[in-house]
Amino acid sequence: MLSRVKYDLTMAEAARGPGGSRVDLLAVADMVSHGARVLDVGCGDGELLRLLETRGVDGRGIELSREGVNECVAKGLAVVQGDADTDLEDYPNDAFDFVILSQTLQATRQPRVVLEHMLRIGRHGIVSFPNFGHWKIRLQIFFGGHMPHTDNLPYAWWETPNIHFCSIKDFRELCHAVGARMEEAVALNAWGRRMRLKMPWWFWNLFGEQAVFLLSRRG
Amino acid sequence: MADVSATLDLADRTREADDPHSPVVRFSANKPLRLDAGVDFGPWQIAYQTYGTLNAARNNAVLICHALTGDQHVVNDHPVTGKPGWWETMVGAGRPIDTERYFVICPNVVGGCMGSSGPASTNPATGMPWGLDFPVITVRDMVRAQAMLLDHLGIESVFAVAGGSMGGMQVLQWAASYPQRVFAALPIAASTRHSAQNIAFHEVGRQAVMADPDWRGGRYFAEGTNPRRGLAVARMGAHITYLSDAALHRKFGRRFQDRDNPTFSFDADFQVESYLRHQGITFVERFDANSYLYLTRAMDYFDLAGDYDGVVGKAFRGTPTRFCVISFTSDWLFPTPESRAIVHALNAAGARVSFAEITTDKGHDAFLLDEPELFAIVRGFLAGAEKARGLSAG
Repeated sequence: MLSRVKYDLTMAEAARGPGGSRVDLLAVADMVSHGARVLDVGCGDGELLRLLETRGVDGRGIELSREGVNECVAKGLAVVQGDADTDLEDYPNDAFDFVILSQTLQATRQPRVVLEHMLRIGRHGIVSFPNFGHWKIRLQIFFGGHMPHTDNLPYAWWETPNIHFCSIKDFRELCHAVGARMEEAVALNAWGRRMRLKMPWWFWNLFGEQAVFLLSRRG
Repeated sequence: MADVSATLDLADRTREADDPHSPVVRFSANKPLRLDAGVDFGPWQIAYQTYGTLNAARNNAVLICHALTGDQHVVNDHPVTGKPGWWETMVGAGRPIDTERYFVICPNVVGGCMGSSGPASTNPATGMPWGLDFPVITVRDMVRAQAMLLDHLGIESVFAVAGGSMGGMQVLQWAASYPQRVFAALPIAASTRHSAQNIAFHEVGRQAVMADPDWRGGRYFAEGTNPRRGLAVARMGAHITYLSDAALHRKFGRRFQDRDNPTFSFDADFQVESYLRHQGITFVERFDANSYLYLTRAMDYFDLAGDYDGVVGKAFRGTPTRFCVISFTSDWLFPTPESRAIVHALNAAGARVSFAEITTDKGHDAFLLDEPELFAIVRGFLAGAEKARGLSAG
């Protein structure tokens, strides 16, 4: 239902925004309403949860790496060690207002299952991911003939935790497949300022380095 | 070797149980302890230690629940053995559970032998120790007794409850029984129910005690004996389960004890044998054999789900308590999946829960040892909880 999607995608400033937070995290945090209950799946060292906490959000996290978990708990965050692929099924329906997958989906074994759980557990889902349709990546594959390396994707193919890359276009197809409503979408670029442009999806699929989607269950 | 304990008279051996080196609250028969066994038990008493100061708002109390063979002497020298307290790494001034900030209370569990009513206490009806006439107690009974102690001390709710192993079971029971009285809960190396393997280990320990002819059907006080060998064997067996293969190998390997060659006898040739014998011998100095039976039984009976239609999550439904669940990679007595089951139940109940698994080769006993990661996590968790509670020091 493309016509109902608010697809005035926003280019936001990359690197660090006000307060020193990663700009993709700011874009994610801006989609979360004040006082909401949030589950951050793959919360890393807890940077997003901390940012959300300053905004009055009741945040919880799941993190795969033991180091990440222990760092989070030592910061006083409510984080459990767990795996998005196996542990989301333990959470009851509608347990959270927002479930966030910040740079996590591409590292899961079953992105579709994870996305479905996300929309079951939370009333809203927020997904951020590196856009594999970005022109630099296309150029690297087309002319370089090798898997792309960028600032956001620094790993060699044989050691990357990112096993399920997708483009913005691919992700939208998955959203349709699982019946997710796309409420908002933001594209981030390395040098862009915050802009509101009415541009078609193919443009963002080519020029967005990262994407952030706010989703909800259809119906 | 002379059997020293046999030469002690009855009064010496039961003194710590009746008149401990700790403050003790005595409840008369009209304030009985209601036991799961269906008995209103009284008169009864509970001994405890405190450290730090209760603040004016009376909201900085931290309750410490001790493990099977622990007691209330958390950070003071032990009155019987003279050894330092059992959790000096965790509790004290500037420690993660900081006695400069919190009022720390640790009661001896009922069924124990260090001043709370237990099988070594004197039965007022006979003037002799209860022995096996003492009613069987449960983890919930221990917690109920502690709640009565807090009532007596005028402490409406505690900032935190913390404990490892059997102490962790009490922490979970506290959160389930008295959710409004517990702001933060730290169950460490614990489980919502005792596993079949652990019940099996306990049964071996109990059988070792009961197989000692000096046990005398539990009437050893009356008969002037002490089942020291049985209890020592029980302790040796249990102690192995508190460690790990890797830790034993690192500490002892196959090294010989004070000799270069095997003696071709059944002496303690190996260091690990000598160590275990030492553990057994020192344990019986301070612990009552019948208490060991009662407390292992209490752990065996622990099954939180049993009280909530078989669903652990129901024990925590709507809980306001924030939890920090901690397990250790090499703990095979309460392995990480047991802690994950706690976390699963808490998530299902919508509780605010943190969970960390700490990498260590020290086994179950890691919670008592120097584990910097454990301390960092407890500190962080308590600091976060303090902020949420609006707690100020002192």
